[in-house]
Amino acid sequence: MRYSVWALARNALSGHRAWPMAWKNPAPKKHYDVVIIGGGGHGLATAYYLAKRHGVTNVAVLEKGWIGGGNTARNTTIVRANYFLPPNSHFYEHSLKLWEGLTQELNFNLMFSQRGVINLCHSPAELDGFARRYNSNRQNGTDGDMLSMDELRKLVPALDVSPAARFPVVGGVIQRRAGTARHDAVAWGYARAADALGVDIIQNCEVTGLRMDGGAVTGVETTKGEFSAAKVGIAVAGHSGHLAEMAGLRLPIETHLLQAMVSEPIKPFLDHVVSSGAHHVYVSQTDKGELVIGGQLDGYNSFSQRGSFARIEDITAGMLALFPQTRSLRLMRKWAGAVDMTMDGSPIIAKLPVDGLYLNGGWCYGGFKATPAGGWCFAHTIAKDAPHDLNRAYTLERFSRNALINERGAGNRPGLH
Amino acid sequence: MMLITCPFCGPRADTEYVYGAAAGQGYPAPDAQQHELTEYLFLRDNPKGWHRELWVHRHGCGQWVEVERNTLTHEIRQVQALLQHEGKE
Repeated sequence: MRYSVWALARNALSGHRAWPMAWKNPAPKKHYDVVIIGGGGHGLATAYYLAKRHGVTNVAVLEKGWIGGGNTARNTTIVRANYFLPPNSHFYEHSLKLWEGLTQELNFNLMFSQRGVINLCHSPAELDGFARRYNSNRQNGTDGDMLSMDELRKLVPALDVSPAARFPVVGGVIQRRAGTARHDAVAWGYARAADALGVDIIQNCEVTGLRMDGGAVTGVETTKGEFSAAKVGIAVAGHSGHLAEMAGLRLPIETHLLQAMVSEPIKPFLDHVVSSGAHHVYVSQTDKGELVIGGQLDGYNSFSQRGSFARIEDITAGMLALFPQTRSLRLMRKWAGAVDMTMDGSPIIAKLPVDGLYLNGGWCYGGFKATPAGGWCFAHTIAKDAPHDLNRAYTLERFSRNALINERGAGNRPGLH
Repeated sequence: MMLITCPFCGPRADTEYVYGAAAGQGYPAPDAQQHELTEYLFLRDNPKGWHRELWVHRHGCGQWVEVERNTLTHEIRQVQALLQHEGKE
């Protein structure tokens, strides 16, 4: 059923009891052309684009929990494309373009809000660095503008721009097409659209092993039985290494903790996403009025999905320095996600050195914004057995050739990217 | 909060320490092959469970220690002074 105002009116007449399921709950088949492990945004987007763009519809998406219950629902919903290095710049711009038409394409309201992402600069050197990065973005066809202090004051009246601030603000930059989207709606929208094209979405189905034959992957073993598959794609945030290990591969990935938190709801006072590198903090306000606050990694390997109080203190201290009027706010909840940190801070979307096995992973702390393009490129890579130009650089082999894509310029310490 | 018992200073909060890297990487030989260098620089076991890792007691004695910690529960089983020459940055 197509969602529309007419569908809403029709269903209102029957007391909203006749809405069909957004996606089916099919019994798994014995064979699939493609099995995607992981029913998060990336896995579901991959299945959708496989069916939509490449005509591959005998596809299963295996999810160990439920749709919209993993990292897709743990991120801070930010979508932006302000990366410096050309492979990242082009990839994320493509993603942003897909976001711009996605609500209409999927016929599902993703609440995509291009409210603008502002990065604050706290020193002339930082301002110069951002000027260089945003000039480069414009050369690559992405939007980005410098903000004077007057513009900044006007756009973010709540911001403490006084010279007495902990780290005084000296300027900023904005990407106006960037913003936020409702995170679980992205998973639901892709799930519904993929299901309508014939993809099987199988929940509560954990992969326990890969079936191998002559060095090639021929299927998966799961808690719901075994399936044979010509191609298997891995899209499991936080656990990429464990899946790859089932095929005897080691990855340049460590799993780290990333925390986020939400305040009690208040009246609208922040129209943009505001981010500060000096304070390691970023803040936005949801449509419900809550402040969503995020920061940096806890800093050590962890699968616990349980963050430290020390990091909460760091992050909230940063927010208080930028917005002192938030000091009396209470936090409603906080959570931590397990993120796959690669050794250069950039993702991997590639065929692995085992036949029939493909990986979409290593998204570090930034996989949400990449959901549409990640699925789009992964579907292309699986269907054509070759990367698209947009993900040609995101190989696993780049680590053997030392051809890293390192935005941060940090070394082989995943926690620092 | 994790309590890491420094062999030199006693039990201290994890906030006194800075995480370094996975322990036991070992230096590659001077004539190491490309794939050995790749392994040393970039490939990690990343276990969900017990993990040997290096921390530095930055706001304490400044010494590097090897910690055996569970990455799922954050339980710490053993902390020992780092042997000379091993895994220094």
